[in-house]
Amino acid sequence: MITKLTRATFGALAFTGLAAPAAAQSIDETVNQIFSDSTGWFVNLIFSNFPGTSFPWIVGWLVIGATVFTLYFGFIQFRVIRHSIALVKGDYSDPKNAGEVSHFQALATALSGTVGLGNIAGVAVAIGIGGPGATFWMILAGLMGMASKFTECTLGVKYRNEYADGRVSGGPMYYLTKGFAERGLPGGKVLAVLFSIFCILGALGGGNMFQANQAHQQITGVVGQYPGWITGFVFAGLVFAVIIGGIKSIAKVTEKVVPFMGVLYVGTALIIIAMNYHLIGWAFGQIFAGAFTGLGVAGGMVGALIQGFKRAAFSNEAGVGSAAIAHSAVRTNEPITEGFVSLLEPFIDTVVVCTMTALVIIITQQLVTDPATGLYLLNEAGTSVRTIGDTSGVGLTSAAFGSAISWFPYVLALAVVLFAFSTMITWSYYGLKAWTYLFGEGDTKELVFKVIFCIFVVIGAAAQLGPVIDFSDAAIFAMAVVNIIGLYFLMPIVKRELDSYLGRLKSGEIKKFQ
Amino acid sequence: MSNIFVVGYDDSDTARRALDFAVSRAKAQGGEIIVAHVLEWSPYSFLSPTELEERHKRRQQELERAESAILAPVLKDLEKSGVKATGAMRYGQIADTICAIARDEKADQIIVGRHGEGGLAQRVFGSVAGTLTQIAPVPCTIVP
Repeated sequence: MITKLTRATFGALAFTGLAAPAAAQSIDETVNQIFSDSTGWFVNLIFSNFPGTSFPWIVGWLVIGATVFTLYFGFIQFRVIRHSIALVKGDYSDPKNAGEVSHFQALATALSGTVGLGNIAGVAVAIGIGGPGATFWMILAGLMGMASKFTECTLGVKYRNEYADGRVSGGPMYYLTKGFAERGLPGGKVLAVLFSIFCILGALGGGNMFQANQAHQQITGVVGQYPGWITGFVFAGLVFAVIIGGIKSIAKVTEKVVPFMGVLYVGTALIIIAMNYHLIGWAFGQIFAGAFTGLGVAGGMVGALIQGFKRAAFSNEAGVGSAAIAHSAVRTNEPITEGFVSLLEPFIDTVVVCTMTALVIIITQQLVTDPATGLYLLNEAGTSVRTIGDTSGVGLTSAAFGSAISWFPYVLALAVVLFAFSTMITWSYYGLKAWTYLFGEGDTKELVFKVIFCIFVVIGAAAQLGPVIDFSDAAIFAMAVVNIIGLYFLMPIVKRELDSYLGRLKSGEIKKFQ
Repeated sequence: MSNIFVVGYDDSDTARRALDFAVSRAKAQGGEIIVAHVLEWSPYSFLSPTELEERHKRRQQELERAESAILAPVLKDLEKSGVKATGAMRYGQIADTICAIARDEKADQIIVGRHGEGGLAQRVFGSVAGTLTQIAPVPCTIVP
């Protein structure tokens, strides 16, 4: 996923990074300086805390949005989940539409853009700082995020563009424009343009440079240090082959391997948990106790809450608007059905996959406790929980899995690299859609964006451009600011669709096929 | 009485032989032929975002191509030979879809060719003919 270790973590990576030649470093430094001088205010604005707290307002914004949608739609995520699963299975798909994009395919593609680093590294950051209790808040935020995802993906399908040649394209830029116009509200176009600009920046940053950078870190962790531009060129070449060369085989391999890696990851986590079955009760006890007391972590209960909310929001992207772009290609006459299906996405991403990571870290007892009090001990700086081997981020997840299955860290490294690649492919598409919204469709215009995208792969892998990454992270969350404002104005439209559909489902007008 | 034969057809030599066999049966017994062409497809496959966007357009192209390059020529030939024939084209898993066509059309018999690839690949992946012998709702003839 797109997310991002915190800036602090990224900064730490930068310090431990490559020993680049002095000349290159000074160029990097110059770029950093210019960039951070001109964009620092924006990054600070997006990531600033509520006054007097260490709670970033943007996380609050996402959680409040998710809560509003959850209440407004009457806990929709719990009411329709069985129907969502029936839709994914194809029970309600007309066999005449075989060969069109199915609910399953739209969901799988959207998931490939979100499952990744956030689930592996992000969760470890949350547990490392917030202790086991962070898991509770992360799950809660994931459950709430389902309602945000439901709202945005329904709108994505409802207001998509269908072109004469049969292509479809949708996303927040389309529902902001068309939906606002339909309700007679001003400003839709402005929001759509802002969203597109942030989406392009987010795609180049979090969806690209950050991924390339983390993939390179993983590879060097296994094979030893070598210059980042080599990784960059290899990745850029592969991305180029897929998005410009249209080489289907690479995309096909990725599409097949990534879900396999996801299943392998969850499966292995379950095995490790089963191996320690006698600790399952204890682990959940730690999660609940930690959620409300903190069990000694920095910031106590609030610290755990902040970390959990933050990582869930960063991992499942609910409210950011990105998934609405992927979900809009589904073939259906009922936009709401894609909303039902999309709400499974935060569930799978956060409630299932992130929780697996958390449980493995807790159950393999990577976090050091004080035997006398049972509270977690802090590291010397007092900022995070002390871990066996002083690991954090991906390193902590890797150590946790490695403690049970010694060779698994290699598989994990491969998984991270593949997740990074698939996230890049998905985000190159999100960025491209925003680009064509701003500049219009056309082979040359699209090629320009794709080439820029490939260049940024190399930059991301080669350089330690902390401020650039900060800025692109901020851009992804700025997408959420624009998108959620739009969702508040457009949610009555979703409500209408929902009531109509549920009514017809109940009356038997909407039937299962077969 | 009129027999309805569903023939699995994909423009290969073996499919051609199956069709010839069906034609001779249809002529001898007085029957009609449904030429079934299945475009292999799973709703559970994984697609990239670009493929999602273009899927509807590609599907139209695939259907048009199958119609003009595979079904139309063979139906024309059959018309000349004097046997009543119609085409059926669907997306899906091949053996399942042939069975579905046979059920929907109330067919009396399914006739398919076989590729005859022995060995490991077939052991692992199975074959259309092999699957049909297990699941066909009506008698099934496999033409070597």
